[in-house]
Amino acid sequence: MSTLHKNLVLIFFVLVLAIAPLITRGGAEFGGADGQAEKVITEISPNYEPWFNSLWEPPSGEIESLLFAVQAAAGSGFVCYYLGYMKGKKKRQEGN
Amino acid sequence: MIYRNKVALVMLYILGVFLILPQNAYAMHIMEGFLPLNWAGFWLSLVVPFWFMGIRSIQRTVKSAPNLKMLLGLAGAFAFVLSALKIPSVTGSCSHPTGVGLGAILFGPSAMSVLGGIVLLFQAILLAHGGLSTLGANTFSMAVVGPFAAYAIYKAAKKLGAPLQLAVFLAAALGDLLTYATTALQLALAFPAQYGGILVSLTKFMGVFAVTQIPLAISEGLLTVIVFNLLTAYNKHELQELSILSQEVR
Repeated sequence: MSTLHKNLVLIFFVLVLAIAPLITRGGAEFGGADGQAEKVITEISPNYEPWFNSLWEPPSGEIESLLFAVQAAAGSGFVCYYLGYMKGKKKRQEGN
Repeated sequence: MIYRNKVALVMLYILGVFLILPQNAYAMHIMEGFLPLNWAGFWLSLVVPFWFMGIRSIQRTVKSAPNLKMLLGLAGAFAFVLSALKIPSVTGSCSHPTGVGLGAILFGPSAMSVLGGIVLLFQAILLAHGGLSTLGANTFSMAVVGPFAAYAIYKAAKKLGAPLQLAVFLAAALGDLLTYATTALQLALAFPAQYGGILVSLTKFMGVFAVTQIPLAISEGLLTVIVFNLLTAYNKHELQELSILSQEVR
């Protein structure tokens, strides 16, 4: 099996793992926030007050998802540039 | 072919188990201000030596093999991407993988303490995700426990004769899972239950953090293997230099 085929099979599994919960738990909130842990904390020690607040918070959900998208895009941009560069380099070496 | 079918069967089984798990939980790093000051300081002081070790380790790598700089960048970029991807989990909430296992296998765990710390700092400042006051604790779980566990598991699996792909998968997946188990432990230590103490709290936080993370840990393992397959195909030379592949051609 070539690298491409192997990776396609693996990517398929990753997608299944990500999509299956959306189908089987259709009614769930899928809150990304770390709110549940926060709830457990207030349950255990009701008097706890966070003593420090974020210096800056994204003003809206849209801005936050923009910044997350930028993070992912910058990272995958580099990953793909590198892999493509190495593939081209290898091809050239084999050509010589 | 038979081997492949078996692998597929095991995966389907694991998937099936998670689909029936009834639980509602969220998971991610510890939020800003949510660790008492003394605990925040404790974890930070534990992490500082790893940052020093990591910086020295990176300096050594860059000096002895400047051609590996780009690959080091890849390890950092991979962690950057994966920790930006919040993926739904079977518990009905979202969490994200960490991506530090890849770099730990390639460059050793302490290098990832630095790169993982940078990712956490970025998210704490720009995304209000995690936090500056909890940076030490979050670095300890994601950039110390995660990579060191991944590295140890990778070495142990190789020693036991596991194929490269399996060793990489186990290292990345279990490193990811142990990261969030550590987060649960950190919260349990800081917030012991009034009745039952740390253990009761630990069970609660494990329910929140670890269970959600299981399918994501599997995803992280698979994604790391994907990148490793590509590296094996195109970067044989660099992997040999890092003694991941032995010198003879397989």
